Amino acid sequence: MIGDWLDIGPVDQITPGTARTLPVLGGDEIAVFRTQANEFYALVNKCPHKQGPLSQGIVHGNVVACPLHNWNISLKTGEALGEDKGCVPTIPLRVDAGRIYLLRSAVVGQRAA
Amino acid sequence: MNAPTTVMEEDRSAAVKERLVVIGNGMAGCRAVEEILARDPARFDVTIFGAEPRVNYNRIMLSPVLAGEKTFDDIVINGDDWYTDNAITLVAGDPVVSIDRATKMVVAQSGRVEPYDRLLIATGSDPFIIPVPGKDLAGVVTFRDLDDVDKMLTAAEKGGSAVVIGGGLLGLEAAHGLSLRGMKVTVVHLMPTLMERQLDEAAGYLLKTELERRGQTIITGGDTAEIVGAGGHVSAVRLKDGREFAADIVVMAVGIRPGTTLAKAAGLEVERGIVVDDHMVTSDPAVMAVGECVQHRGNCYGLVAPLWDMCRALADHACEQPSGYEGSVTSTKLKVSGIDLFSAGDFSGGDGAEDIVMRDASRGLYKRVVVKDNKLVGAVLYGDTADGSWYFDLLRKGEDISAIREALIFGQAFASGGALLDPNAAVAALSDDAEICGCNGVTKGKVVATINAGACSLDAVRSTCKASASCGSCTGLVESLLALTLGGEVQSGPKTMCKCTSFGHDDVRRLILEKNLRAIPQIMQELHWTTPDGCSSCRPALNYYLLCAWPGEYEDDQKSRYVNERMHANIQKDGTYSVVPRMWGGLTNPKELRAIADVVEKYNAPMVKVTGGQRLDIFGIKKEDLPAVWADLNAAGMVSGHAYGKSLRTVKTCVGSEWCRFGTQDSTGLGVKLERMTWGSWMPHKFKIAVSGCPRNCAEATIKDFGVVCVDSGYELHVGGNGGIKVRATDFLCKVTTEDEAMEVCAAFIQLYREQAHYLERTAPWIERVGLDHVKSGLFDAPDTVKRLAAKFRFSQTFCQDDPWARRVAGEDADLHQHLAQVRPLQMETVS
Repeated sequence: MIGDWLDIGPVDQITPGTARTLPVLGGDEIAVFRTQANEFYALVNKCPHKQGPLSQGIVHGNVVACPLHNWNISLKTGEALGEDKGCVPTIPLRVDAGRIYLLRSAVVGQRAA
Repeated sequence: MNAPTTVMEEDRSAAVKERLVVIGNGMAGCRAVEEILARDPARFDVTIFGAEPRVNYNRIMLSPVLAGEKTFDDIVINGDDWYTDNAITLVAGDPVVSIDRATKMVVAQSGRVEPYDRLLIATGSDPFIIPVPGKDLAGVVTFRDLDDVDKMLTAAEKGGSAVVIGGGLLGLEAAHGLSLRGMKVTVVHLMPTLMERQLDEAAGYLLKTELERRGQTIITGGDTAEIVGAGGHVSAVRLKDGREFAADIVVMAVGIRPGTTLAKAAGLEVERGIVVDDHMVTSDPAVMAVGECVQHRGNCYGLVAPLWDMCRALADHACEQPSGYEGSVTSTKLKVSGIDLFSAGDFSGGDGAEDIVMRDASRGLYKRVVVKDNKLVGAVLYGDTADGSWYFDLLRKGEDISAIREALIFGQAFASGGALLDPNAAVAALSDDAEICGCNGVTKGKVVATINAGACSLDAVRSTCKASASCGSCTGLVESLLALTLGGEVQSGPKTMCKCTSFGHDDVRRLILEKNLRAIPQIMQELHWTTPDGCSSCRPALNYYLLCAWPGEYEDDQKSRYVNERMHANIQKDGTYSVVPRMWGGLTNPKELRAIADVVEKYNAPMVKVTGGQRLDIFGIKKEDLPAVWADLNAAGMVSGHAYGKSLRTVKTCVGSEWCRFGTQDSTGLGVKLERMTWGSWMPHKFKIAVSGCPRNCAEATIKDFGVVCVDSGYELHVGGNGGIKVRATDFLCKVTTEDEAMEVCAAFIQLYREQAHYLERTAPWIERVGLDHVKSGLFDAPDTVKRLAAKFRFSQTFCQDDPWARRVAGEDADLHQHLAQVRPLQMETVS
């Protein structure tokens, strides 16, 4: 169990309504989000439109607005919402006893081929 | 209970009875026994071990006991006679200390050994104690059992101060009880929102306001550093930010964790809780577990409702009629008298989920239901929870609600009303003297008359009879009346701020002042926002409107800032930032140039460029390097250039009379003075100034938001220019004779723009929209307006002119610049 999940630290490192980043050596940076409703999500930190860093966008509900061109991206599925089309990979995440865990295989899976 | 039958059954089957030992005399253990007895009273010989020296009571009613609303006798579930009548052996006050699964025996603290055929573990949960210095001092209590309540009551008798650590359900109930008992109560909560697991931001805000009104001090975002003692007894609680709160008693109510010690020691499979299957059986077939100590399908429950379902499945299994437990949907009600609060299900929104929000500020009401795939998946109710059970029922049954969707938010009475399903039909059914707008006392008859008299839009109705012009909660009703009265001829009203509200920018700005609104959640509540926390359009706008309305008082909300303003730099397409230090009036010197050159080399900035506003722009800086770059620039005396902000950008100048043979005035000097006056100010949009020393206009002052063209006899002031997508030359505003007058008019014009323009509206479209005459009369109609507006601007500036870069260098908001950690795939380790 522990081996499958990567502990990335306590939940209170992330203020509700914001995101922080997790660079992966040789892979894509991951953005870890915490919504106002205290849901946690992890996505590759690249907008499907022009690769904007989603971690820097405004979080509203379960959506982040990309800082470059204001595409709205669902934190749950990584899909672009509204008229826009595109999808960014999500990384399974769970919170246990106040700590955030990412699915290890998915973190590795984000490594550049 | 059916005592005679029980006795007979016992007699008949005494020889073959299995021995059932229950560890835990709490709600779960006893309920499980009740369920088993109801199915087969003769099956087991029951022994219950309890750690507390008393009979089984309703733990969730401890809050009313603390509050003085109930006594212990009121909350007893099973008295002594229940144990006697059912021939149950109760071993109270003698906790089990070990389980020997090999010999099927439990050992109690007193040394008592009890063999079993079946064992039921119902050890509940333990309060979580945060590991801070002073946690073991006398006077630090948890809120879990009757002994804790007794300790709190003893402390309350002496009066004084109490600090409750934890603003969740339990903490708030403890705080309420202690407050009613006369103590001065402070609640310290780590999260920004009270009860964040059950409530969204809006409902949490309402709750906090109400508790503060009742005299409690609520500290959100408060991280406890230490519990301070004096003579071995608690005396205060100190937070990490240095604040200290006196305390004669400290209640630790930060959470619970499943009581798994015994099970773990006995070698049963334990993760967060004791792992059980759908029949509440642990990894040992002879051992069952139930209640808050278990983990079922990955979930641990800390509420009472799931117990009932678990106990049913457990009893079915124990009596060989297996049914199975499939997990529970839970709901929460806060037991604080006078505060109605209900939450159930998933209200975090998300894909395919649609929020329906209703707010009624005058009644302090907030209702939010979340619908997904035509099913209700979550509900938060504040102020009126009468429909809580109805919503919860819909939620649990997963009923298709598409037929009642439109009326769902209005509650059961409305949604079940048949003919009332169509909101228009409901409004049509109202009598003429029914009140539509409670704020302004406007009846349906009056609204209809207003519409018939020619008001064909919401805006026209608002301005004519004032209906829906104040809090807006009746907007839907007025729109229905427009539709009913005019048929298809309703004109759409003014553009609303965004899809979250029916109000336009002007209405929102006016209402912030009229209703004295001081925080974003408060605006959303009072003005009936239809989304829980707004969107990326309205949040930054509201943040600016509040900053403008309440200078020095409103605290800037970083979460509502666009990236550039949050990072104090300009994001580029590759996610790096560009940095523009301020050069007053476009002037620089060798020290500044050297510092810039050094930064470029030190951080390998791939490009440096001269901007249109006479500054140097350093490109390609990573977010984590920004504070270091700023520190180097600060050291050379440079501050933020605000090239990233909806704020004063630059004051562009020409060399003027000091050098130029055509110059008429000291345009460079005036430019520097204007920049010193205006830098750091937040505006509806970016704002550019230029000062040209003669009508040749080398500083291009006539395409700036505020332009000064110097002439021999003084200064011509121009406004509303723009060199962007749509080029617009300035309008001539006025001519003044001194530098001081030019500065005064500049400050007044900026303040008028700050107070009146819509967010993200440059001066050019603003003036096109309202007309130059409106701006002129706003400045010059009354003799002292310029002076008054300029004074307001200067006052606001006293809070804005500290360098945001220097604050970041000093460590403010360091999180914004740091990664969480780094993943190195080879080792798969993280380093902080």
